[in-house]
Parts: sequence; C-alpha cells; structure tokens
Amino acid sequence: MQQIPVLDYTGFYEEVGRLLHNEHCHCVNYYALPEQQGLRLICCIANDQAHSVGVASSIISLTDKPVIKSLSQVHTSMHIFEREIHERYGVGFEGHPWLKPVRFPFDRVDDVSKMADYPFYGISSHELHEVGVGPIHAGIIEPGHFRFICHGEKVLHLEIHLGYQHRGVEKLMLEKENFLSASVLAESIAGDTVVGHNSACCQVLEALGGIPVTHNMQIARTVAAELERIAMHTADLSALCTDVAFQLGSAVLQGLRTIIINTFMAWCGNRFARKLIRVGYEPYPVNKDIVAVILQNLDNYEKRYCEVVDKMFDMPSVLARFEQTGVVSEAQTRLIGAVGMAARTAGIPRDIRQSHPYSFYKNLNHKPVLLHSGDVKARAKIRDLEIRQSLKYIREMLAHCNISGESNNPVPAYKLQPSGFAISLTEGWRGEICHCAVTDNTGKLAHYKIKEASLHNWMALALAVRNNEISDFPVCNKSFNLSYCGYDL
Amino acid sequence: MLRTIKIVKHQGRQYIKNLQQVTLPLLNNGLPVISSNPCPAACKACVELCPSEAISKDPLTVNLGQCVFCGECVSCKEGIIRFTNNFRIATNNSSCLAVSSTTDHIFFDPELVRKEIIKVFGRSLKLRLVSDGSCNGCELELNATDNVNFDISRYGIEFVASPRHADGIVVTGPLVENSAKALELTWEAIPDPKILIAVGTCAISGGVFKNSKALNRGFFEKHTPDLYLPGCPPHPLTIIDGLLKLTGRITAE
Repeated sequence: MQQIPVLDYTGFYEEVGRLLHNEHCHCVNYYALPEQQGLRLICCIANDQAHSVGVASSIISLTDKPVIKSLSQVHTSMHIFEREIHERYGVGFEGHPWLKPVRFPFDRVDDVSKMADYPFYGISSHELHEVGVGPIHAGIIEPGHFRFICHGEKVLHLEIHLGYQHRGVEKLMLEKENFLSASVLAESIAGDTVVGHNSACCQVLEALGGIPVTHNMQIARTVAAELERIAMHTADLSALCTDVAFQLGSAVLQGLRTIIINTFMAWCGNRFARKLIRVGYEPYPVNKDIVAVILQNLDNYEKRYCEVVDKMFDMPSVLARFEQTGVVSEAQTRLIGAVGMAARTAGIPRDIRQSHPYSFYKNLNHKPVLLHSGDVKARAKIRDLEIRQSLKYIREMLAHCNISGESNNPVPAYKLQPSGFAISLTEGWRGEICHCAVTDNTGKLAHYKIKEASLHNWMALALAVRNNEISDFPVCNKSFNLSYCGYDL
Repeated sequence: MLRTIKIVKHQGRQYIKNLQQVTLPLLNNGLPVISSNPCPAACKACVELCPSEAISKDPLTVNLGQCVFCGECVSCKEGIIRFTNNFRIATNNSSCLAVSSTTDHIFFDPELVRKEIIKVFGRSLKLRLVSDGSCNGCELELNATDNVNFDISRYGIEFVASPRHADGIVVTGPLVENSAKALELTWEAIPDPKILIAVGTCAISGGVFKNSKALNRGFFEKHTPDLYLPGCPPHPLTIIDGLLKLTGRITAE
C-alpha cells in the first residue's frame, strides 16, 4: 500500500488524464477509500500494449463538502466512477455532465433521497411520449427500470435506472473473515458469472496471502472459465433466436446449454461451477473420468451446435432483424469505455485474456475475436466465434493437464499481508472483471472493491437503442445481456 | 428445409420423460445425512467452517434454509455429515428444513396445503417471478424448468408476464430495501386466492447476505410462504418436485 504513489489532486488529475490519452490504456477501477487523513482516491489504469496496470492515488479532505475537477470532462469513460464516488461520499465533481445516482447503496451519503422518488430525465413536448418498463420485468429476469423517450415508434433516449438488486456485497466481504466465506460470497456476486468473479476474488486473496496456485489448479480454473463462456454464450444465442422467432434455434440451443452446465454438475455437483474454485486448493481436482466427461460432452455439443448456428446465420429472417440493429460505433464505445464483447464488436481489442493473461491464459497465446459493425449481428456472431475458440482451448488445456486426480494442496490458513493492496483482473464472459482489496496494518481486510463489465456496458445499451424502433429493444438488450446484480452489488 | 429436418433429427428427444426417475451425480448437492455417531463434545469445527451459519450443535443440525451446499463440512474427520443426491428437498413447513440425525427425508405436509390451492390451481398454475436481490442463479434455474429438457409447462405450470395474470409469486434473492416497494406492489396486484413461493437459500433466510444492512426482509414477516425450495440455486428437479407436491399432483412420500 505504501508503494502506491500519493499525488496532490492536480497532479493526480493530470497524470490520469495523460495516461488515458494513450489509446491502449483504459481505467479498470477508480474508487475512493476512507482513511484517517480524508478520502484516498485510487485509480488503476491498464495498459493493454505494455501488459501492465498502473496505480495512482490522491488524498482529498472530506471536511466541508469537497469539490474537485471532474476527469469525465476530458475522458467520458470516467463518468461512472465519479458518479459512484459522489453517491457514496458526497464528493462534488466540477464539470461532470450528470452526477446521476448509480445504485442507491445503503451506505450512501444522502440517505434522505429514496430510490422510489428518483426524478427521471424528461423532455417536455406534445409530440413525444415516455415508456416506463420495470423495475419488475415481464420475464424471469432481474429488476431494473428503463425509461424511454420516444417519437412515435422511434426511441430518442433511454435512461437506465438500476440499484434494485443492491445487497451491499463490498461491505459484506469485509465481514467474511476466512477464505471459504469470501469465496462463497464471490460466487453470488453474479450467479451467471460464478467462475469469473470467484476467480477474481481468489486471485486477490491468494496474492495477499502469498498462496501458490499449482499448474493443475490454473488449468482447472481456465477450463471452467471457458466452459462458463460457452454455456452463457449458448444461452444468449438461444434467447436471441427466441426474440426473432427462430424457434428451432432457440430450442436446440437450450438443450445444448444443458450439456455444458451438466458438465459442471458431473465435475463438482453444481450446474454453475459453484464450489469448484477455492482459495489455494481444489475440492474437485480434475481426474481421468472428468476429462473424459468434458471431452465427450464437448464432442456431443459441437456437432449439433455448428449445424444449428450455421443455419441461423444463413437465415434471411434472422439476419434482417440482426443487421444494422442497435449499432454502437467505435467512437461511442471508446468514449464510454465499454469492455468485453461490447468493445470487441466495435473494433476495440479489449480482452484481459490477451492483455493481462492470468491462470493458464499465459500459455494459450489468446487472440481476441474482433468484429467491427457494432450491431446485434456482431454481438451474436462474436458469441458464435468465441464458443468455437473456447472449444479449441479446452481441448488444448486438457491435453496439458496432469490427471492424477489428486490434490496435494492443503486448505490454507487465513492470513493476509498487512497494509497490502492487491488487484486482480479476469475476463468473464461479458467482459473484464476487476477486484481490488486493501488490508489494514493488522492484516484484516479494510476495503474491497468490485467492478463488473456491466458497469461500463449498460451505457452501451442506452446508446444502442437510440433511433431504433422501441420494438427492437428486447433484441438489443439480449445482445448485451448485462448483469443487474453485478452492477448493483 | 433438408437442413432443418437434419437438425431436428440430430436434436432427438430432449425432454426427460419421467422426471421422478432422474438420478443426479453424488456430489454434495442433495439432502444431507447426519450420522447418529456422536461427535466429540468440544468440537465445533463444522459450525465454525460453515460459510452461511447453517450448522448448529446439540443436537447437530444442518438447516437447509441457510445451507448453500458448498459441501465443505464433509471434510470433518469423524465423517458425521455427508450429502446424498436426493433432490426432493422442498417443503411447506420451514421447521422441516432442519436436518438432524433422525432425518431421512424432507417432510412435505399435505395437511398444511390450503384447500383452495389444490382446488383452484391443481391443473393450472401461473406464476410471476420477483427477483429481489438475487444473483441470477435462481433465475437461470427457474428458466431452465421450462426448457426443452424439463418442460414444466407439461403440468400446466407457467411463468407469466404480469401479476394480473398470475396466481402467485415466486420470490428469489435475500429481499433488499431498494426493491421492497416493488415486491409489495406486485403481491398486491395478484388477485386472491394467491400463493407465495420462496426459491433459493437467499429468499428463505437471507443466505450469505443475511447480515447485510442493505436487506429489508419485512415482506416475509408479513406473509408466510406456501412453499420453500432450498438450494443455491435449487435444481430444476427440486423446483418441479416442490410445485407438483404443492398442487397435489404427486403425493409426498
């Protein structure tokens, strides 16, 4: 922690601004942490070309409502982080375009304001109308409110209002004073990204605890991450088929997803890979039988998968709905700092698996799939291409795996380095996940910060639907399939 | 056209014909069994290990309403707790969720089911989901109940888009303050008679989020669920089994 440079705010502002001018750099986390002298701002900037992460900090006084210069004026992508700091601690950001509440956290500074009374952005006009959707939606899906401003059928503006899922995960993480509890909680940050979040959490704690991760554990985690990607991409392709009334595709892909999640079931007894990954040891080590099950299921999956998806992308009725729908341009994507698939479908090769490889990705020499059209079709196609890539990776990794089925690592004792700071990055199926932890001088967790890809990408959805028909909203929404609870925390 | 026929042919029969005869792998995912061998009096290893405060001693009890099925407690040297692959763990009486050494199945009490539930919803049940702080795990499994494999709609059970069309609500998640109003409004919007179902450990007890200040569990203080479906998340077979018992389609053993 002492090694993180502390700059005065002007210096910090200039340094962060300077780094973000480099097109290979983006901010992976920017947050505030209360310290004795005031509020410490910590900004982590990843450089994709240099494969590094730079961390800078600044301490501002919290007495009499501080107002500091907003970085968002120059770098729009910082808007969400500044809103978060404003909402939580009341720091003013001079020149910020809109300090809209992020998620109404229980420990927000303004506890008078209520989520239910939130004033939505409005435009007064006799020709426009508003459409409100949610918070409770019409399907089996998490809550969030969407407020459209439309001219006839055309959407002019979409405001997305979230926070209905806020459970106080970051605060709760500090109370989980052993590795098992922390990892179990991390699995529930987003139940569709169990491997992504749990790996990030385990990596942070392993770094702070100085706990080694064996070759086989790295392979198991990476195989699990790719299986999770295949499962969720398949589910999303199925949902996209449903939305454009390609019933055959929807049904076949549903059944194919079952094969993949049942692979997890056979491996660890849970269809979402809960309990598979733990800090420093493997409760369910890979053995010969598991390898055989995985390989057999992948073969069974692949043949039927290719058949139906090739058909899907040949169908004029599907393509007519996908092409040029919900376009987000490369310039917009850069502006809002989108990550993961949302970035890679608009020509920005942002992928932690390549830029900051972790676990077994170091050995895979991963090249991100890159598409350029930024429309629903690109977001469907990238899933298809990534699934095929993941199938290849899993087979390659299992060939490298030492399948003795024995795990030599004992359950590690809970001990963290005092006054430590650790950051971990993983590439979940949606995009990059960043966990940061800080310990106090006794080695107790003092602060935990989670950032999920959706934090950036919800804005991409809001931009995607502009000038589209409101009836295309469902297909646009599914093409992103962003996380509510990962955003609300 | 030929391609379509080929796809359909390769797809084969996906639905599980008899959901009562499915066997799950033996990997810490179903009903726990507690050995009647006494464990050392001073030992509290499993109680302290449990990440969701599900285990208590004297007598040794695993509360399925709090258990997240992480399976770590089986590491006990005495081998007192083990998990079976019995997915039939739904009940309508929350006190039946406490598993002790005398428990060999989770009791579902047909006497406790309100008369109108079987009379009105026995052949057709339309449900509305309210996700209240859930991680999306339970939602994925609820969605899966109606996929090509489990096909819950064969029993006339469906998830509908509006509370006005629904006969009851399914609640997932630990119940959070920010959604408290939306949940109450949805419940009020459903016409009587209506049923309430708690899905997942979070909904039943708060689960791993139990001690968070962001929760507001007032709704469950006012309204008592007609059915508890434990699990993290519950397997589609657990969900279907519970719903069939509640509507009197299968009798509890």
